[in-house]
Amino acid sequence: MRNTKLVSLEEAIRRSGLKDGMTISFHHHFRGGDKVVNMVVDKLAEMGFKGLHLAASSLSDVHAPLIEHIKSGVITRISTSGLRGTLADAISRGLMEEPVVFRSHGGRGSAIASGELHIDVAFLGACSCDELGNATGHGSKSICGSLGYALPDARYASHVVVLTDDLVPYPNLPSGIRAADVESVVVVDSVGDSSKISAGAIRDSKNPRDILLAKSAAKVVINSGLFVDGFSIQTGTGGASLAVVKYIREEMLSRGIKASFALGGITAHMVKLHEEGLIGTLIDVQSFDKVAAENFAVDPSHVEVSAVEYASGQHLGSATHALDIVILSALEVDTDFNVNVLVGSDGIIRGAIGGHQDTAADSALSIIVCPLLRGRIPCVVPHVTTLITPGASVDVVVTEYGIAVNPSRPEVRDRLVAAGLPVVDISSLAAKAESIIGTPDPLPFGDKVVGVVMNRDGSVLDKIYNIK
Amino acid sequence: MMFVPGNNPGMMADAHIYGPDSIMLDLEDSVTMAEKDAARLLVYNALKTIDYGSTEMVVRINPLSTPYGKKDVEAVVKAGVDVIRMPKTETADEVRELEAEILKVEEEIGAVGRTQIMAAIESALGVVNAYAIATASKRMMGIALGAEDYSANLKTNRTPGGAELLLAREQIVVAARAAGIACFDTVYSNLDDMETFRKEVELIKTLGFDGKSIINPRQIEVVNSVFVPTEKEIMKARAVVAGIKEAQAKGSGVISVNGKMVDRPVVLRAERTIALAIAAGVISEEEAL
Repeated sequence: MRNTKLVSLEEAIRRSGLKDGMTISFHHHFRGGDKVVNMVVDKLAEMGFKGLHLAASSLSDVHAPLIEHIKSGVITRISTSGLRGTLADAISRGLMEEPVVFRSHGGRGSAIASGELHIDVAFLGACSCDELGNATGHGSKSICGSLGYALPDARYASHVVVLTDDLVPYPNLPSGIRAADVESVVVVDSVGDSSKISAGAIRDSKNPRDILLAKSAAKVVINSGLFVDGFSIQTGTGGASLAVVKYIREEMLSRGIKASFALGGITAHMVKLHEEGLIGTLIDVQSFDKVAAENFAVDPSHVEVSAVEYASGQHLGSATHALDIVILSALEVDTDFNVNVLVGSDGIIRGAIGGHQDTAADSALSIIVCPLLRGRIPCVVPHVTTLITPGASVDVVVTEYGIAVNPSRPEVRDRLVAAGLPVVDISSLAAKAESIIGTPDPLPFGDKVVGVVMNRDGSVLDKIYNIK
Repeated sequence: MMFVPGNNPGMMADAHIYGPDSIMLDLEDSVTMAEKDAARLLVYNALKTIDYGSTEMVVRINPLSTPYGKKDVEAVVKAGVDVIRMPKTETADEVRELEAEILKVEEEIGAVGRTQIMAAIESALGVVNAYAIATASKRMMGIALGAEDYSANLKTNRTPGGAELLLAREQIVVAARAAGIACFDTVYSNLDDMETFRKEVELIKTLGFDGKSIINPRQIEVVNSVFVPTEKEIMKARAVVAGIKEAQAKGSGVISVNGKMVDRPVVLRAERTIALAIAAGVISEEEAL
């Protein structure tokens, strides 16, 4: 008998053995275009499930419909890397009884692999899939590139359901999600809005502050002592950190330096350098834009890694352990170099841990790019609102008013000073911000814990309280 | 000189981080009638509280003939502005009128002579009177072209090549040099066309201008790259200056560098090149010796 995996969503759920109180999981490779989470949870609500634990690799503002499912008791627990939009707003104000558990991408991978976060049923969207369950991030309707964040779920979940809007003939190989791990394949009208799944070509920031920060960060990279042939690099999200690659390119060309690999979220800029021969291998856990996703589909030296292989702290084979330089953004940095990328200065959750903790901890040099001021909000502060990445793993903070180096890295400080860069004390940056803006009133937090921030080793780093 | 609207606190707060030589906070054309008083208060407080470091601070006031001009002078002189930019200057008398207003406020606060003047020339009459304007006050540190109003006054339009501005530009450079003060070119407002902007900067450098007005930090790099001397120019200038020092030590007034005779204008240009290189941070003062 053939085609036993090809079923309706309802049938797939029934087959999975899902029961009230169990854990379901999703990935966020479809970004703001995702339709899978809402579609599946709507169906689970319709089928009468209650008390489910939703463990997504991340959630965004497109997932606002979850608010109703939380109110009705379908979803009672959430684990994620990040939250944004009205869902984040409602949770920050105390929508849920159980706090949301926030993990880094590497931390989530480790927790799934170790069984600490056991997934009963994974619902994984794919841009194409064959009838046996070989699924990828490129199809005729949409393209998202690497499926790195979905791979731990596919491997370790008790039951895996792939949802696709492009059923292709077997063999859909090579594939990230392998048929052996998949129990059911569900064909749906649309897994997401393709224009929001992958944004178009390179759009350079025209914001002069971003350009200034990117150029300064590039100078830090170039003079760090690690900018030698065979170095490796990763950039985080945010206009400034993404643009750094553009400014180190010229220096790579003039000095004849090539990078051995670029890691993490792969961007169009990275692909350009790769195609010019300036970056050897692209190790891709998430393709950030359409150019990267398209390149991933055709280029054998542009490879997919799972979140575990990418950034697990426990897994010594993970790529972050070989990473030289990472450039990351931040909502806030404090005078102990602690970083917050999750909770806004208004006390509302508005971000994601992503790979921040993982790459900062494992890389040889972590550079945080952060404006001193965002409008009237100071970003270098005495104490971060929420601790996400401990200062011990942060080496350099680049602002438009100067560059601060962690005192634990005197050799880096010496190199940057010798290169004539404006190195300043981090407390002077906080003082500067305060002199311009003044001291903000304390945030009106309540006493209900709405979020728990996990460190990548599974320990608790901080708690987030409800905002009134 | 970077133009910053005087009613935009976000831009005023950190305009200096991009490294312009001077910042011009504007109370005139970028501020609507309804916001004149609020902008004046903002600019006053920005000058009083924000540490702009070594950046020269200029404020463009409203003309004295408007109800705002005198209040603008009072506020910015009290706030300690370096330079007042006078818009739409047409005659030397207008400069003297502004000078008297400045003096009145300076006497009141006990800071006589602190405030300099820059005159923007933005009409045919202003261009005709350029030398008289440039020499109307001891406080006059420079004159500048305002091309939008000027080309409207000429009954023409601005073109990419700038043919319509040629006479005004040359007249302003000549008047400034005759008066021994600085001269600055007008703004270029298409931020998406950096190539034409670069050509314009190269043109005005050739004409003899000391600098260019800009409206966005992204334009700074282009202006600097055109105005900052190249390594070759700096090396040549240092050879000339070293040669003249050596000649002076020997008591000779005439020197030759690489077989070419060097006369006084060449020495002046060499000294100016080194001063520019030091100002731009390309070489240090010690290196220049």
